[in-house]
Amino acid sequence: MKNLMAWIDARFPLTKMWEDHLSKYYAPKNFNFWYYFGSLALLVLVLQIVTGVFLTMHYKPDAGMAFASVEYIMRDVNWGWLIRYMHATGASAFFIVVYLHMFRGLIYGSYKNPRELIWIFGMMIYLALMAEAFMGYLLPWGQMSYWGAQVIVNLFGAIPGFGPELAVWIRGDFVVSDATLNRFFAFHVVAVPLVLIGLIVAHILALHEVGSNNPDGVDIKKDKDENGIPVDGIPFHPYYSVKDIVGVVVFLMFFFAVIFFAPEMGGYFLEHANFIPADPLKTPEHIAPVWYFTPFYTVLRAVPNPFGGVIAMGAAVVILFFLPWIDRNPIRSWRYRGFLHKYNILFFVVAFIWLGFLGVQAVTPLFAELGLRFTEVYFLFFIVMWFYNKPRSAVFSFTVFATLIALLLFIDSIRFSALSTEGKDYITTAFLIPAVYLFLTILGPVFASGLTEEKPVPARVTH
Amino acid sequence: MNTTIETIFKLLAIFTIVILLGFLVKAATSGSHHGVPLQKADINIGNKASLQRGYKYATNYCLGCHAASYSRYNRIGRDLGITEKQLTDNLIFTSNIRGEQSKPGDLMKVAMTKTYAKEAFGTVPPDLSLLTRSRGVDWIYTYLKSFYKDDSRPFGVNNLAFPDVGMPHVLWDLQGWQEKHVHAEDDGHGNKHETVSLELSEPGSKTPAEYDQVVRDITNFMAYLAEPVQQQRKTLGFFVMLFLVVFFVAAYFLKKEYWKDIH
Repeated sequence: MKNLMAWIDARFPLTKMWEDHLSKYYAPKNFNFWYYFGSLALLVLVLQIVTGVFLTMHYKPDAGMAFASVEYIMRDVNWGWLIRYMHATGASAFFIVVYLHMFRGLIYGSYKNPRELIWIFGMMIYLALMAEAFMGYLLPWGQMSYWGAQVIVNLFGAIPGFGPELAVWIRGDFVVSDATLNRFFAFHVVAVPLVLIGLIVAHILALHEVGSNNPDGVDIKKDKDENGIPVDGIPFHPYYSVKDIVGVVVFLMFFFAVIFFAPEMGGYFLEHANFIPADPLKTPEHIAPVWYFTPFYTVLRAVPNPFGGVIAMGAAVVILFFLPWIDRNPIRSWRYRGFLHKYNILFFVVAFIWLGFLGVQAVTPLFAELGLRFTEVYFLFFIVMWFYNKPRSAVFSFTVFATLIALLLFIDSIRFSALSTEGKDYITTAFLIPAVYLFLTILGPVFASGLTEEKPVPARVTH
Repeated sequence: MNTTIETIFKLLAIFTIVILLGFLVKAATSGSHHGVPLQKADINIGNKASLQRGYKYATNYCLGCHAASYSRYNRIGRDLGITEKQLTDNLIFTSNIRGEQSKPGDLMKVAMTKTYAKEAFGTVPPDLSLLTRSRGVDWIYTYLKSFYKDDSRPFGVNNLAFPDVGMPHVLWDLQGWQEKHVHAEDDGHGNKHETVSLELSEPGSKTPAEYDQVVRDITNFMAYLAEPVQQQRKTLGFFVMLFLVVFFVAAYFLKKEYWKDIH
């Protein structure tokens, strides 16, 4: 065995890789609950690839056969139903895990210097994942698959000038059709997974280069023992490998509970209308994307102009890339930031969940109004984040507050005339959402400086 | 002074989050429902006798016009305890292109052609295989009980759950005929409330309670048909969860053992 390893190591850095990434990769010893989701995302990726390979053996990417082939998998293929449910639930699980993973980065400032590239690679993974999920969703060729794809591809058509041609080029046809299904299948099973794996490798390499952040945001590499090992670091293997197994088992309990007892998850994981074969001549009365896209769908619908909506939706995703340069406060973890920084993040989460909820609902005047207000909060979050980079003077705070309120009022003034009577009823009450939020976050520190008072960051990690 | 203001701001901040989450829960649970109120189907997928009766009614009343083209006869036979001989003798009424009776392993296509269906009903009757997954069991149950006489319609019947439906009331000999009654009520505040009810004007061969059971059996069968594996899925799920619990205990103590000297 020893000789074999020596033989391999002379030709391939197997032991070196094992040590660099597992047995001698020193991770902070104070990881908490939020640190399970990175390894869980990797687990879900593997599950998706394995189940995906088996689905590909039986699925037919053909507009005339796709829907029936999925039902064939569900009924006639041995264990096909389990593989299909695992893949479908896995898609939702992937987003749940990734959203929690991103939230972890947000609260502990894991995107800050020197981890900006880890965050950028992570955002690119998120984008690739959205593309992967979107194209995969067309494959069952149900009504929601079809019309969802139709709606999203039409967004490209909203781009002035070359938009309509671009949409035709993406579809390969004037409507979503067999040509679209075939190319989406190719992207879903080959192209995007390759990109995804490459990005994940880059994400992990960048992480292992600079080392993991931790709930205290303390740099453990500053405090090393005589062997050059961080005092607060423990080797990833075996410590975190055995710890992550516990996380994996708990995750699998939730995962398989959905698969075995509620595979449709009340219509959120498998939409009811997707059990009707795609019909290009019959538009469903209510087209809702799957839940993980709905926050951005609400942002899209919040802007009345189609192209403006596309820009807003794109901006909502793109702005996340710039987070490391928006939040330049030197303290990483929210544990040592002021009260209002924590409030800002939690309010953002509430707004994000609201946006997600509104995205699955049919538009009513009230929901349209709320959709706009939470979209405003979504973007204001980043301004507030920037505002907390350093202590601000009272004059500066009032100026920022007045400017933002004026901006909100300006948006209301241009959309007011287009609103229905019912919509006009809601506008003042709903204005309170961004206004109170801004009052608290921007003017709060002027009245009580304790609200943004930061705590000293300890030299070593705490428990 | 400063700390009092700070406390007020903090409370206000927490209040904004609580109230927005509260409204979210309220909005999510008070989902707007349109259409007729649905009656509870109250089916039991584990009741094999009910499924067998449902299959019989479906064969006699539904599968002449509706296909169930993702399903195979012998799969149902296997799941419901019906032999292949019983299937070919009593339950297969479709034929292949040469006019021979369909085999038990064939998909449950329909004998009626699409052209004929369009001429007769104005539309092709939907495939039954997945209807309970797109519509829900309660809707199917309610629909089958909501036919009423309406002379303005081609078949003389309409449906409360599916207005102006193209389908005739095929179960009329069992249920009889219902008529629609609209009661306008004044609630004393000048608001008019209209309640619609269906009343049996001509009884069929079954009593209303017996008819409910017929419809329940059909709904039950359709729920089974939409996902034949569901019973097996839940049973297997139980054992998987049991395994994961044991695995969790092992993983937990393994972690504890490894971590005992990390402080």
